[in-house]
Amino acid sequence: MSARNREFLALIPAALLVTAGFAAVFLSREDLVGGLSGRNEVSDVSVTYGAIFLGLCIAAHLVLRLTLRNADPYLFPLAALLACFGLVEIYRIDASLARQQAEWFVFGLVLFSATILLLRRDYRVLERYRYLIVLGGIGLLLLPRLFAPVNGAYLAIRVGSLSVQPAEFAKIAMVVFLASYLRDTRQLLVTAGRRVMGVTIPPIKHFGPMLVIWGATMLLLFFIRDIGSSVMFFGAFLAMLYIATSRVSFVVVGLVLFGAGAWLVAGHVGHISDRIDAWQDPFNWTLYNKPGGSAQLAQSLFAQADGGVLGQGFGQAVLDISGLVQGNCTSLVNCSMLPAPHTDFIYAVIVNELGLVGAAALLCVYLLIVQRGFKIALLARDSFSKLLAAGLTSVFALQVFVIVGGVTKLIPLTGVTLPFVSYGGSSVMANFVLLALLLLVSDRARRDVEPR
Amino acid sequence: MNGPIMRLFGVALLMFLALVGATSWWTIVKADELNNDHSRENTRALVRSLKIQRGTIRAADGSIIARSVKDEHGLYRRLYPQGARFGHPVGYSFVGRGQTEFEAARNDALMGKEDAIRTTFDELLGRRPRGHEVRTALDPQAQQVALDGIARAGDSGAAVALDPRTGAVKVMASWPGYDPDDIRDESKLKAFNRDETHKPLVNRAVQFGYAPGSTFKVVTAAAALDSGRFTPQSTVDGDSGQKFSGVALANDFNQDFGQVDLTTALVKSINTAWANVGVALGKPTMKRYMERFGFDRKPQITDYPRDAMSVSAVVPTPPGHPVPPTSRYVDLGRLSIGQGGLDATPLQMAQVAAAVANGGRLMKPHITSKILDHDGRTIETVDPEPQATVMRPSTATALKDMMVGVVQRGTGTQAQIPGIQVAGKTGTAETEFGDKINNVWFIGFAPADHPRVAVAVTVKGVQGFGGDFAAPIARDIMQELLKR
Repeated sequence: MSARNREFLALIPAALLVTAGFAAVFLSREDLVGGLSGRNEVSDVSVTYGAIFLGLCIAAHLVLRLTLRNADPYLFPLAALLACFGLVEIYRIDASLARQQAEWFVFGLVLFSATILLLRRDYRVLERYRYLIVLGGIGLLLLPRLFAPVNGAYLAIRVGSLSVQPAEFAKIAMVVFLASYLRDTRQLLVTAGRRVMGVTIPPIKHFGPMLVIWGATMLLLFFIRDIGSSVMFFGAFLAMLYIATSRVSFVVVGLVLFGAGAWLVAGHVGHISDRIDAWQDPFNWTLYNKPGGSAQLAQSLFAQADGGVLGQGFGQAVLDISGLVQGNCTSLVNCSMLPAPHTDFIYAVIVNELGLVGAAALLCVYLLIVQRGFKIALLARDSFSKLLAAGLTSVFALQVFVIVGGVTKLIPLTGVTLPFVSYGGSSVMANFVLLALLLLVSDRARRDVEPR
Repeated sequence: MNGPIMRLFGVALLMFLALVGATSWWTIVKADELNNDHSRENTRALVRSLKIQRGTIRAADGSIIARSVKDEHGLYRRLYPQGARFGHPVGYSFVGRGQTEFEAARNDALMGKEDAIRTTFDELLGRRPRGHEVRTALDPQAQQVALDGIARAGDSGAAVALDPRTGAVKVMASWPGYDPDDIRDESKLKAFNRDETHKPLVNRAVQFGYAPGSTFKVVTAAAALDSGRFTPQSTVDGDSGQKFSGVALANDFNQDFGQVDLTTALVKSINTAWANVGVALGKPTMKRYMERFGFDRKPQITDYPRDAMSVSAVVPTPPGHPVPPTSRYVDLGRLSIGQGGLDATPLQMAQVAAAVANGGRLMKPHITSKILDHDGRTIETVDPEPQATVMRPSTATALKDMMVGVVQRGTGTQAQIPGIQVAGKTGTAETEFGDKINNVWFIGFAPADHPRVAVAVTVKGVQGFGGDFAAPIARDIMQELLKR
């Protein structure tokens, strides 16, 4: 079976899942506390959503069929699976948000197709614009600094009702730049150095830019006050540096530098030290009751404990407490027991409803995407492609790690989205671009391997 | 470059494993702690329990004692259509107030989770648990008769009626009581808690001990006959003013009876005669029979919270706390006539009557008769369970005849029911509150030859005797129950 036919068949379960998911949400809806009680809306919306979703996926699939016939057949269906799963979960939290998310999904697919069509001849033209790209990326990152902080961090720009998170796009720009830069300098970094006590120290001329990147990350941490993004960026950088040089010592030095820098910065930025305090002891009730304290994290952990191994079932998580407080709740999101259930804490909602089993399945899907990504990097035949694919995959994996690790108290909590699942236009669109780039690399790598 | 890529994938694998591990930590290892120990911050269990329709509690005639209805938020709320009638022993179940009494004891069944396997199966199928219906043996008419009777007779009191053959609780009345629907009202709940004179939230049937007085002579008589040391015809000294533990004991109206047989001693409730019997039996024998009747430990009722029940025991002063009947502090003569610091709950005294009624075999008391799921299928029937063999059947028969005499020609004539032979024993204990303010008792059962009802009634703050105030209430309860 050709790659594209496999891809097509793999999309069908995703579409079925949307339909089944919406049906499940409708069935449980009559039991939801609050504004939705009383109405028993079992409708054909579930099928409609499923059909529209399948239609969109088939459209994107046709683009792939026409342009990247040899690209990896599993990546797109896996991403579609995540997206549809996210859509159902968001619908369950707030129907109006799901409608917007579906729109973002359309824009994302348009951007996905545009990226592919634009770069299908040779994505390596990106190398030519690497400095433009990195400047653009840094610009995007610093842009929110001009606006008011959201939850203490400068991550988003509010334009009217829209919230844009430039970091989502900046991460791609960063990886493209690094892939290109490291392709040029990797030989020099390894060979031209002097060895001191078994550690190769590359000449400052070549290592300088690396230090610049470290400095930039630290500045980022300081300016946008977000540990999560910094970990993502610096982690991806170290991963790519390791691939480029095969030197574990570089990674160790990088980690030490990052740790020292983060420790210094954390001591000076109240927002970050608050987050770390909350992380260390979320069930300290003084911290719990502080604004910006540990309430979010504690509630996230409560929600997960409530889910247990098998979860409470789709639509059964207790999110809304309006029935108890008798306050004025305009939407589920505003009266939620869990803050931001549709973005940062969507993983906690998933664990609450589908349990450890469902969460592990979700993580498996992510792991499969990561596996496909690294596979593409293995198959790619030139350094830039390898670095690009591995870098994009690393930044993707790190994003999952940062948010899931934060929500499960593995690492301090920071607000990044769960790729493809969380609500958010920037996230959906950026991740579709990332996916498009991976598929572009994949198509080129497999072009001559698989017979036409 | 492929080596590092492979190793990097290994790192990613480990990181994802760490994520699964962290999730497992909260969903498995720490789950119970987080779900249960932070009820103020984590209200999920509470909200979810409000979305489960708690099962209905029904009386023996099928009438509803408690049910749950959905409010405008889709949350369930408990209603008690029979008001104060079953405030005791059913209790209440409300958000922020928790559950009490029978509602607490049967919480699992009422929430539909009495069966772990079934619950897990339902969870797998994603079924929302629904509460089970609990049928009780409680009789609304007889319960009302008991409450009205006590209210007319004195300040406070309690009545318990059992089916002696099964141990089913038919009446458990405590007065003054409360309407469970009022508990939701914060100010009314506070008033109930503050009311030290009426103590409406106390279930006097199981929580308060009263000096059982002469009704306890039934226990002494059972020990006397069953030990083989006495027969109903044995004679003892019934003169008033004999000294026990160095203090003179009087009969009612200081009457002297001389040598008197045990039947007469019971019919006329002669204190000194029974004190002599008790002293002759000795403390170990009295202890053995008291324990068989259920004294000195918590009641064996299976569906009522243990914490909300009191032990019936001797509490002499000194030492002021419960001691075994063999203790050196115990005045055996006075213990044998239900004094000397003896405290017994109405439930315990109803069990004394039930043990005699059922040929010496005491059954465990239980309120539940069966549990049904929401489709009406029976999932559990409460089978009668023996608690103890208190005495031989021949002893029980002999004792019954003596108790029939009490009602026919003794102190308990007010308990007579036309056409039905009643066996019983009266009791009158003077309380510490001044003259002639008595604690009156009646225990008994009917019909005497095939008993279907055993009852104990106590009323506090009465100017009179058990035969005049408690016996008529017991009669009315038995008469009401024997209609069915």
